[in-house]
Amino acid sequence: MTEIVALEALVARVTSGQSLAVPVDGAGVAMAATAALLESGVRDLKLICVPISGLQADLLIGAGAVASLETSAVSLGEAGAAPRFTAGVKSGAFALRDSTCPAIYAGLLAAQKGVPFMPIAGIIGSDLLEVRPDWQVIDSPVGEARKVVVVPAISPDVALFHAPEADRAGNVRIGRHRELAGLAYAAKRTLVTVERIVDRNLLETEDSAAGVLPSLYVDTIAVATRGAWPLALWDEYPADEAEIARYAAMARSEDGFRAYLSGFLTHRKQVA
Amino acid sequence: MSSERERREILIATIADLLDGIRHVAVGASSPIPAAGAMLLRARNELCGKPQVRISILGSQAHNFFTNGGIELFDCAAQGRVDAFFLGGGQIDGAGNINLVGTGDYPTNSVRWPGSFGSAYLYHLIPRVILFREEHTPRVFVPKVDFVSARAITPGVARRGGPYALLTNMALFDFDREAGGFALRSVHPPFTPADIRENTGFTYEEPEVVRETARPDTATLALLRGRIFDELAETYPAFARTMKQAA
Repeated sequence: MTEIVALEALVARVTSGQSLAVPVDGAGVAMAATAALLESGVRDLKLICVPISGLQADLLIGAGAVASLETSAVSLGEAGAAPRFTAGVKSGAFALRDSTCPAIYAGLLAAQKGVPFMPIAGIIGSDLLEVRPDWQVIDSPVGEARKVVVVPAISPDVALFHAPEADRAGNVRIGRHRELAGLAYAAKRTLVTVERIVDRNLLETEDSAAGVLPSLYVDTIAVATRGAWPLALWDEYPADEAEIARYAAMARSEDGFRAYLSGFLTHRKQVA
Repeated sequence: MSSERERREILIATIADLLDGIRHVAVGASSPIPAAGAMLLRARNELCGKPQVRISILGSQAHNFFTNGGIELFDCAAQGRVDAFFLGGGQIDGAGNINLVGTGDYPTNSVRWPGSFGSAYLYHLIPRVILFREEHTPRVFVPKVDFVSARAITPGVARRGGPYALLTNMALFDFDREAGGFALRSVHPPFTPADIRENTGFTYEEPEVVRETARPDTATLALLRGRIFDELAETYPAFARTMKQAA
């Protein structure tokens, strides 16, 4: 059964060395949980960005919590480059597994279907194939004779995201953000923070059930009000542009990053 | 800053022209000018009774009709349902290859950029890929990229997708897939063909008479400064605000 716990108990389900999959900015990024996770002192995470990340990955990297990073990009969007990611790549602070967005979705899809790999169109000719020896180009064994890239299954130890609401049974409303369902299907364990718990049954009508991830795929839920801040949460609040710009400026230096991080963790405790 | 605004307006209007005739254009992350160009095409077709244009702006709720999550754009492209897309690059070479990863030796590159995004895949699958990079300098337009995020041409591997044109702050190039290189189509005022030669690190075809890129007409400008920047504000608030203020 899905357990509903406090935020600190939710992040305690993540242990050092695990692979952690997180969604793209704006799709429902669990920022409050990220603060709590950093507070817990977790280390050596194998971070998987589905399919890219921004502030969340940059904070985890800057805080030294990431041992390896699989992503198609890390960027702060309109606020520019992700400074701790950029610095970390140059200093070799973590093992880097550069990818391309649909290859990450394909890897998750393989895990969702319980098969070891997934074929995917395109990619041939890209140097990504040189730096990703775990990707192969094969002659299609069936159907049309052509070359096709295959990528291994991605089954994260933990998936973590934020959504507007869950019901008491642990069903989570994800709207049209089906990538959150894909994440949960592929992951061994799924942790979700929500703005609120509602009393109604989200599976009750066809309309509401269509946008819901059933509790079968959800292990742990915690309430975190404004839990995606300073990132946007669809239908709930926009991104706090000024705050993200402030981060982008401060995180250019190691000292500036430390100061930002300290304020970010304090802010979280004050809200909670 | 009005010259900065005019420069961007020429780019947006040129993009709308490059998209003419398509049914569905998708626009990726961090691309306010391409997004504005796609919106301009949609609005223009609507106003003059031409076929409706669908646009999918990544990261937008109002200008995006996908309901199957982040994978849908990629599936849609594989099904041949996306006609046009935009890619950029920290480096772009004369063969149309793009580098979104960094310069120097991988992985601890001397300069590191965000990453390849969906480029390695979409370049194969979308017929009209417009390469868009504002900075026009020899450090961007190089003879050979340091890392190929996405390759323009793959002999022996059939594909429908690839580069269609290259648009920069200074000029517009066509891409010839047979020849595997660029040809200068027009130069934006006040630049000259000599400026382009000086600032391009790769070789390209140059016609005897090089045209000037057309400036947007009054009706286009009115549409841009009104409806388009309003539509754009949902996804690119900072950019839309700057353009509105300059107007």
